[in-house]
Amino acid sequence: MSVSVENLSVAYRSRRGDVTAVDNVSFALADGEIMGLAGESGSGKSTLGNALIYLDARMRQTGGKVTLDGRELPIADPKSMRPRRMTEVSLVPQYAMSALPPTRKIGKLTGDLLTSHRVPNQAEVLTEMRRRIELIGLREDVLGKYPFELSGGMRQRVTIILSTLLNPSLLVADEVTSALDVSTQRAVGEMLLEFRDRGYVKSVIAITHDLSILAQIADSITIMYAGRLAEKASTSTIVGNPLHPYTQALIASLPAVGVRYDQTMLTGIPGRPPSLANPPAGCRFRDRCPFAFDKCQQTPPFEEVKPGHYVACWKVSQEEQAG
Amino acid sequence: MSTLKVDQVSKLYRAASRGGGLTPALRQVSFELRQGEVISLIGESGSGKTTLGKVILRLVRPTSGTVTFDGADIAEYSPGGLRDYYRHVQGVFQDPFSSYNPIYRADRVFEMVREVYFRGVPRKEWNGKIEAALDAVALNPGDVLGKYPHQLSGGQQQRLLIARALLLDVKVLVADEIISMLDASTRVDVLNLLVKLKRAGLAVLFITHDLSLGNYVSDRTVILRHGAIVEMGETEKVFGNPQHDYTKMLLSAVPELHKKWQHTPLGPVAVSGNGRVAAADTIESIPNGRGVTALAHASLVEQLTHERPVVKRERRVFSGVFHGPRAASGSSAVALSLEPPALREFEPGHLVAETE
Amino acid sequence: MSEPVSQAPEAPKTPEPLESQPSGAPIVGVPLGLAAGGTAIGRRRSDFLYYGLRNKKLVFGLSLELLLVLFAIIGPMIAKYPPLALTGAQLQHPGGTYWLGTNTLGNDLFSQLANGIRESYLVGLLGAASAAFVGMALGFTAGWRGGILDEVLQMITNIIVMIPALVLLIVISSYLNHPSVTFEGIFIGLTTWPWVARAVRAQTFSLRSREFVEIAKLSGKRPLAIIVQDIAPNMASYLFLVVILLFGSSMLLAASYDFLGLGPTGVVSLGTMMNQAQNEAALLYHEWWWFVPPGVVLTAMVAALLIANVGLDEVFNPKLREQ
Repeated sequence: MSVSVENLSVAYRSRRGDVTAVDNVSFALADGEIMGLAGESGSGKSTLGNALIYLDARMRQTGGKVTLDGRELPIADPKSMRPRRMTEVSLVPQYAMSALPPTRKIGKLTGDLLTSHRVPNQAEVLTEMRRRIELIGLREDVLGKYPFELSGGMRQRVTIILSTLLNPSLLVADEVTSALDVSTQRAVGEMLLEFRDRGYVKSVIAITHDLSILAQIADSITIMYAGRLAEKASTSTIVGNPLHPYTQALIASLPAVGVRYDQTMLTGIPGRPPSLANPPAGCRFRDRCPFAFDKCQQTPPFEEVKPGHYVACWKVSQEEQAG
Repeated sequence: MSTLKVDQVSKLYRAASRGGGLTPALRQVSFELRQGEVISLIGESGSGKTTLGKVILRLVRPTSGTVTFDGADIAEYSPGGLRDYYRHVQGVFQDPFSSYNPIYRADRVFEMVREVYFRGVPRKEWNGKIEAALDAVALNPGDVLGKYPHQLSGGQQQRLLIARALLLDVKVLVADEIISMLDASTRVDVLNLLVKLKRAGLAVLFITHDLSLGNYVSDRTVILRHGAIVEMGETEKVFGNPQHDYTKMLLSAVPELHKKWQHTPLGPVAVSGNGRVAAADTIESIPNGRGVTALAHASLVEQLTHERPVVKRERRVFSGVFHGPRAASGSSAVALSLEPPALREFEPGHLVAETE
Repeated sequence: MSEPVSQAPEAPKTPEPLESQPSGAPIVGVPLGLAAGGTAIGRRRSDFLYYGLRNKKLVFGLSLELLLVLFAIIGPMIAKYPPLALTGAQLQHPGGTYWLGTNTLGNDLFSQLANGIRESYLVGLLGAASAAFVGMALGFTAGWRGGILDEVLQMITNIIVMIPALVLLIVISSYLNHPSVTFEGIFIGLTTWPWVARAVRAQTFSLRSREFVEIAKLSGKRPLAIIVQDIAPNMASYLFLVVILLFGSSMLLAASYDFLGLGPTGVVSLGTMMNQAQNEAALLYHEWWWFVPPGVVLTAMVAALLIANVGLDEVFNPKLREQ
């Protein structure tokens, strides 16, 4: 297993006390797997993904551990994590394409990055970067440009190249396709696939709220709700045969090209996710779930109900036991 | 029967940087929006769709062309006439939170409408109107009245803004990416609300870059590229039988739940006025002569759809300088003429532009 | 005025849906604007009070200023002699009869000081008010309308900036027999408004394209009403700081003019006190009770304001807070 997360909990400080954004989460990623981490805002998916790479000052790991390639990843210790970033793990943060320093040309920026990570053979790495830039269909002269001279899609892809330049084992990509045009989304998606196929990056966690993109690029999808995992399975299973009521509702709310309201009326999910500052006991989806019953007042375990298919739902566990 | 008519509307911006030149945001766009109809205005960034929405809302003045509402040119309105116009034509924008002034309560948007349009109306009657409007958008008055914007969810904020439009006697709603910032579960509710309002007679200009949304909700579709219409007509015909290569490209890039991206060849495509042609058999024209990998295909599509348009300058003397910036990677520029390609009827209810 | 052609979705807006409470805020922070109205949340008011009362600089600065204001009000009332009265006792050291001693003419220096503070405050207020009024009026107009009007106003602003105020004052003073406090105050106001106008214009520019302004327009609101009710309040924290700074600089400027003998006649102010002390070589004669108090008090008046200003800035702009 390339990445293994066991009982991870992450909390952050707020004026109203500690808020547990990630609550006892466990999952594993194989080598070469692209896992989609999907959920709505407030689900904690961003916190989870980011915590694996960069736990910022407001966050605290309150439990669990992370293992990468057999060795423990000390996510709570910034000093130990520093040499590992970019080399073993890497992050493309949300809004990354807006966060490139505007007064540095891309080439210079790369040099800065490599220097700060004490990479010895910069010239070789830069040559490799040129190769990758051409691979994605851009021209080498990108290196001589300022970020504002590139379109949003270009910037996003350059950011991904930068993050994967040193061939990390794990790449966490936070909302890399949001706010992009459809053609750019595809270019970025294909890029992630190609980079994984060529081994530039071993495993990828793609955080997004857009299940359709995940259907294109992810091997497996994990659905997160209110700080906990709801379901994890292969992409085809999640899309074709989801078991958790939340996942089912999500899938039912997605419009597709060719579907019009007078053919199929889509349905949303009434209500709002619970506040993480004061979460309800038991299953957190309880209030919005059409199948909720008494047992749901206890927290359902995230367990493997079918090979490779994990669900946290009492209804599903019962049905699987019966059937 | 109210009609909003957009007639040859153009908007040019003078570019501050990159050696002058005019950026055409809109090029002679024309279409008509009738009561009870939803038109999807689909385009990627830089297509001019938001600009068009603002022109219709009279927040931006077009460089040329007219917008008429019920036969009257909206540019000719007196201040009183403009206020009247806003009684019938309203807008809702992409970022629900930004539409509220954060220092006031959210329902101030209702008060603002009252101050101008419903001065003499007694409180009780006004409150009744508010309740009716909130009911129409499926909001519970107790949940949203008296709250600050940050205390409401995005979906509630957005629906409140639609309720605001309903307080007036709105006939046309310009909805600019109104659900792109909402969660998947609330998107559908707002979409279904639009459908419900449409059935009650509201005309909606649904501006979006998301083709599946456009498809779900609209009767007719207008596809915009570089400020010009490339294809338009009944939604089923446009999406079911796309004719223009740009439309086909867009559709091929849409991620779907149950179907992986296809790698069908692009077909012969001339996409820019400076003679650049990319065709399936010339895909080797991508640098390095790579084969048609999925990545190469996607990159080509992305590049072709994102060339930044610059109006072609007629003067030969400075042609070297004025022909737009050198086509560099990423921000290549394509020289366009102000005159968009002509639209021809492919079949009844389905118009397609010639390739530029 | 060129405006960006490419609109959302490529604009750097938050792609993440804005539902429910803030979970982990984005790791790559979107920079907060200075005019706190930017991304401020409605609970601002109680936030400000909370942080305001705990900010040492603000509390210290305000308290000191308050003390001085009290002194300015009460001082002249408890002074035994009018400031310009000749007591017959020259150059007395501070003592029982004359609390701060007397000068070469026999004026009671305590009375002069107390009245001087009052005069300085008056001029400060006049100057600040006129500068704020003109600066804001022009700034809002230029920022809102743009176009030719903006260019013209900017030209006017630049011209005023270029004119050396001191030279102008000398020229005007030579024609005026009895310049009054009002004159001095308004003069200062009319020569210091440019930076206010520029700053207000810049803020207005950025605020007028915000969506809530568009909604106001779509509600049929008149421009003046929009500026006053929607735009200005969002700059409130900034405007507040501007006024405070104007107040301080007006007092200083007035003191400088008075010191140079260009101030109002027949009036005692801190500047005129220092002027007289200078003329009579008080420094040379070690008459410290004459030249020290006005300088110290003036410094305290302005410094207290500036310290409070820094504290206020921290309160309005969360990023500057020490926590």
